[in-house]
Amino acid sequence: MFRATPLTRRKQASELLAQAVFLLMTVLMVLPLLLIVGYLFYQAWPILSFEFLLSNPRHGMRAGGIWSPLLGTVYLVVISLATATPIGVLAAVFLNEYARENWFTRIVNLAVVNLAGVPSIVHALFGLGAFVLAAGLGKSILAASLTLAIMTMPVIIASTKEALAAVPMAFREACWNVGATRWQTIWHVVLPNSVSGILTGVILQVSRAAGETAPVMFTGAVFFKAIEEGNPFAYRLSDQCMALSMHLFTISTQVPDVPRALPYGTAVVLLGTVLAVNALAILFRVRLRSRRKW
Amino acid sequence: MTTSAPMIEITDLRVRYGQREVLKAISLEVRRNEVLGIIGPAHSGKTTLLKVINRTIDDVPGAAVSGTVMVDGTDVLQVKDVFALRRKIGMVAPLPVGLPLSIFDNVAFAPRMAGVRDRRELEERVERCLRQAALWDEVKDRLDSLGTRLSGGQQQRLTIARALSHNPEILCLDEFSIAIDPVTTMRIEDVLKDLRSSMTILLVTNLVQQARRLSDRTAFLHNGELVEVDRVEVIFSESPASRKTYEYVNGIFG
Repeated sequence: MFRATPLTRRKQASELLAQAVFLLMTVLMVLPLLLIVGYLFYQAWPILSFEFLLSNPRHGMRAGGIWSPLLGTVYLVVISLATATPIGVLAAVFLNEYARENWFTRIVNLAVVNLAGVPSIVHALFGLGAFVLAAGLGKSILAASLTLAIMTMPVIIASTKEALAAVPMAFREACWNVGATRWQTIWHVVLPNSVSGILTGVILQVSRAAGETAPVMFTGAVFFKAIEEGNPFAYRLSDQCMALSMHLFTISTQVPDVPRALPYGTAVVLLGTVLAVNALAILFRVRLRSRRKW
Repeated sequence: MTTSAPMIEITDLRVRYGQREVLKAISLEVRRNEVLGIIGPAHSGKTTLLKVINRTIDDVPGAAVSGTVMVDGTDVLQVKDVFALRRKIGMVAPLPVGLPLSIFDNVAFAPRMAGVRDRRELEERVERCLRQAALWDEVKDRLDSLGTRLSGGQQQRLTIARALSHNPEILCLDEFSIAIDPVTTMRIEDVLKDLRSSMTILLVTNLVQQARRLSDRTAFLHNGELVEVDRVEVIFSESPASRKTYEYVNGIFG
């Protein structure tokens, strides 16, 4: 009755083949990542220490640590996301929950999608013109952070809209039916159930804000700047700063005779910073998701 | 019952979605504390009629409404505070919707949104509504668990409890039984029989026998037109006013 016919055997064979191919592709995808991270750590190992993290670059950046660019990057990422997240999320709430389909929202939606695809160098030029020159902020942490915020905001808007749209319409209708206002519905039902998706979008922008070199190079990051070591408040908003991404670029290509371990150490720290911020957000998201309700 | 002013009085109601006219000059009245069954094939405008009454039609893009719909003496199409209007009306959708909140919070949602903060009052209301919806005994020990984890039939009763939680004077049910089993359907029908003395009930249903079992009068909608509305005995008799009604009720078309 249940004996395998040639047809079922062929089906089983193709099933196995399909699984094998998919597994292979997954491994192929993960392998380069593991190799990169492993190689980075291998090369950077001799130099990694708290001393490296907490001291400024020395001797024309051929020695010392990366305190100054590390703190600069933290400032840039935190300030840019603290600016872009509230604006982006609120704009997305408006677009998804309040806005009716008309020419205005169509243009805004189109603009969001297109801005998300604009190369970072263009954002850099915009930031230079708008914040550094027109707004008179000069090259500063503030100008650079705002430039990064402009760069990350469209993506945050797009991903937040996506997360909001994933909340079933029936939930909203059920709330409206009992006389809840739009805002009550959003606050009590829609946002609590989309916050983990919203955070995912923000998390992805952390690495973008930390990794992009061009926008900060034009608007606030400098080649070298020594700051007080170990003081997390060593930068002021109007200061120029160093940034990990630009520092990595500089010591890899602009300064001769840099010890091999130094750029690798910088890369590891850049990666570590991004991962640390991501880990925080992911922990937060896991906690939220465990309370997810449907 | 027939002597007092009607609870809902609809005059010349027309609704268009873009070019498509879905309700064509409907005039209909619903008496206080009666159960009005509304039957008709798909796309006859039944759901749209309910949406007009609680003004959720506002949220349908491209809908244009004209005519008057008096609810308890007020034209709902002119109402400024739609939220107060909606609190007067309980609405039960075809598919059960447990909000992603606890069972307690599901039922306490509407009172809370209307500003009730007192814990004791909320507890009383939740218990009363869950009892009215014949769900209390099944969930009284787990009010803190999620409403979305209940079975479909339980979620539909939860939906009814939520629809009752703001003390509505009118209860609208839109094909409440399409997603639940016959036993639960009969339980909910018993619930409705208990409620009919205290509120006006609009029962949209695609089960003509359900309308026959529950309603005092039944309206037959077809293609956005009100074919006829009459007492159940007439609609389900051998000779309703319209031949179409007879054919639909007896399964000859539709």
